[in-house]
Amino acid sequence: MTSPFTFWDARTAEEAAALLSKKGAMALGGGVDLLGEMKEGIRAPEHIVNLRSIPGLDKIQKTDRGWRVGATALLTDIADHADLRKDLPGFAESAEAVATPQIRNQGTIGGNLAQRPRCWYYRAAEFACVKKGGKGCPAEKGENRYLAIFGDGPCHIVHPSDCAPMLVALDARLFLRGPDGARDLPIADFYELPSKNALCEFTLKPGEFIEAVEIPTALPRSTYVKIREKDSFDFAIAACAIAGKIDGDHFTDARVVLGGVAPVPWRSVTAEANLRKNTIADAVEPASNSATDGARPMSQNAWKIPMTKAAVARAIRSFLPR
Amino acid sequence: MSASKPDGLSRRDFLGVTGALAGAGLLAGKSTAGDGDNRPAAGGLGPDPVKFGLRVNGKDHEVAAEPRATLLDVLRDSLDLTGAKKACDRGECGACTVLVDGKAVYACMMLALQARGREIRTVEGLAKGEDLHAVQAAFIEHDGYQCGFCTPGQVMATVALLEKTPSPSGDQIRAGLCGNLCRCAAYNRIFDAAAAASKAK
Repeated sequence: MTSPFTFWDARTAEEAAALLSKKGAMALGGGVDLLGEMKEGIRAPEHIVNLRSIPGLDKIQKTDRGWRVGATALLTDIADHADLRKDLPGFAESAEAVATPQIRNQGTIGGNLAQRPRCWYYRAAEFACVKKGGKGCPAEKGENRYLAIFGDGPCHIVHPSDCAPMLVALDARLFLRGPDGARDLPIADFYELPSKNALCEFTLKPGEFIEAVEIPTALPRSTYVKIREKDSFDFAIAACAIAGKIDGDHFTDARVVLGGVAPVPWRSVTAEANLRKNTIADAVEPASNSATDGARPMSQNAWKIPMTKAAVARAIRSFLPR
Repeated sequence: MSASKPDGLSRRDFLGVTGALAGAGLLAGKSTAGDGDNRPAAGGLGPDPVKFGLRVNGKDHEVAAEPRATLLDVLRDSLDLTGAKKACDRGECGACTVLVDGKAVYACMMLALQARGREIRTVEGLAKGEDLHAVQAAFIEHDGYQCGFCTPGQVMATVALLEKTPSPSGDQIRAGLCGNLCRCAAYNRIFDAAAAASKAK
């Protein structure tokens, strides 16, 4: 049983921003992540503001800038959208890689991008860790098998989203709405390392919420590869999003962004450089090997380094002619 | 969940809410929109029990529940539809799977208020009288269970899969049912039942 709250159906984005400015208010998309936090006793909103009651906020549409996907679009509808998949295959793949059919049928893109980490110390109310406003990270001397190999603390969560690394690779922009109006920013700037803010992985001002994401179609070749411990459904051990342009046998432009290994979607510019300066076939080894340059594993998670290289290698190989 | 105070929003709650909204300038000229539901003008619901409608297996019900009640709580405790099971209560096992507007969802991770105005289907609504749904018949025919606890969820996930993908491949069956755990590990027979049901239709 979660703590009690007052429930509000927002009818417009402006109304949602006003309601979310109330003390203790939180936005509700599908609610899977929020309800999970509430059931664990680590979140107790006084007000819940339903965004799915805003007409049209779930639209998926092609615009002259690419694709605009409203915050309450379901992950299932993104994965099943044939035209979007043609333009942005990696984005559709990343939505399809999330959890289970049931969660994709309820989970929204906004919620996926703003979901909170799965670190078990964070999710357990008993641990007053730095992400919950306490001191230190119990994982440093505790169980850190699944945690970050990049980022250098003071909190070592891995970002749980499948769509976020793909959207960073695709140069997406997030459109935010708040009590002072609307603003937009590159999705990469939405996420912050714990060294800057240990309490939250993303930057939203009071009352702000994600209204939409816009994805340009300038990088027509993309893919998302996810390695899970349990293949039927799971969060990523390591994941690799690649987006770029291919001319013949090589990439002329390439973004490589890792998931499941750092507190934020982790761009690897060295892997990108290796991918650009070789043919695709010759890039597999140097690009995947260099993707983990700078990794600093914890006591139990060095095994994620070869896993990460494997995810990058598989992603690159998927572009080879079959 | 508490359904002990069925009178819903009190007059005082309502006035408090409209006052706050009017103060924020939110009432003027806005039409009532919703998840397809015909709700009265927007206002905060709860935290005390509120009355609302749910359409389950083709029948309209009025229930009274706190906003924090999940769809699973209301189905089981208010409507006595105990087919959907509460097992993990975290959206990880699938025993609570029901269909909302034709899509399989975890009823434990959805607030009942989120299901207003939508078509909810549970395992109780599948059979027509004594005639079992093709998926139910296939689970019996192929022994698609051992202890049976996860079965209502497995059956509903299979119904949703076959309505979306009428002739699934083996891989599509495994992907479509991946959100439902079976601690007896009757998976092979569950997948056989799903394949047989797809051919029976």
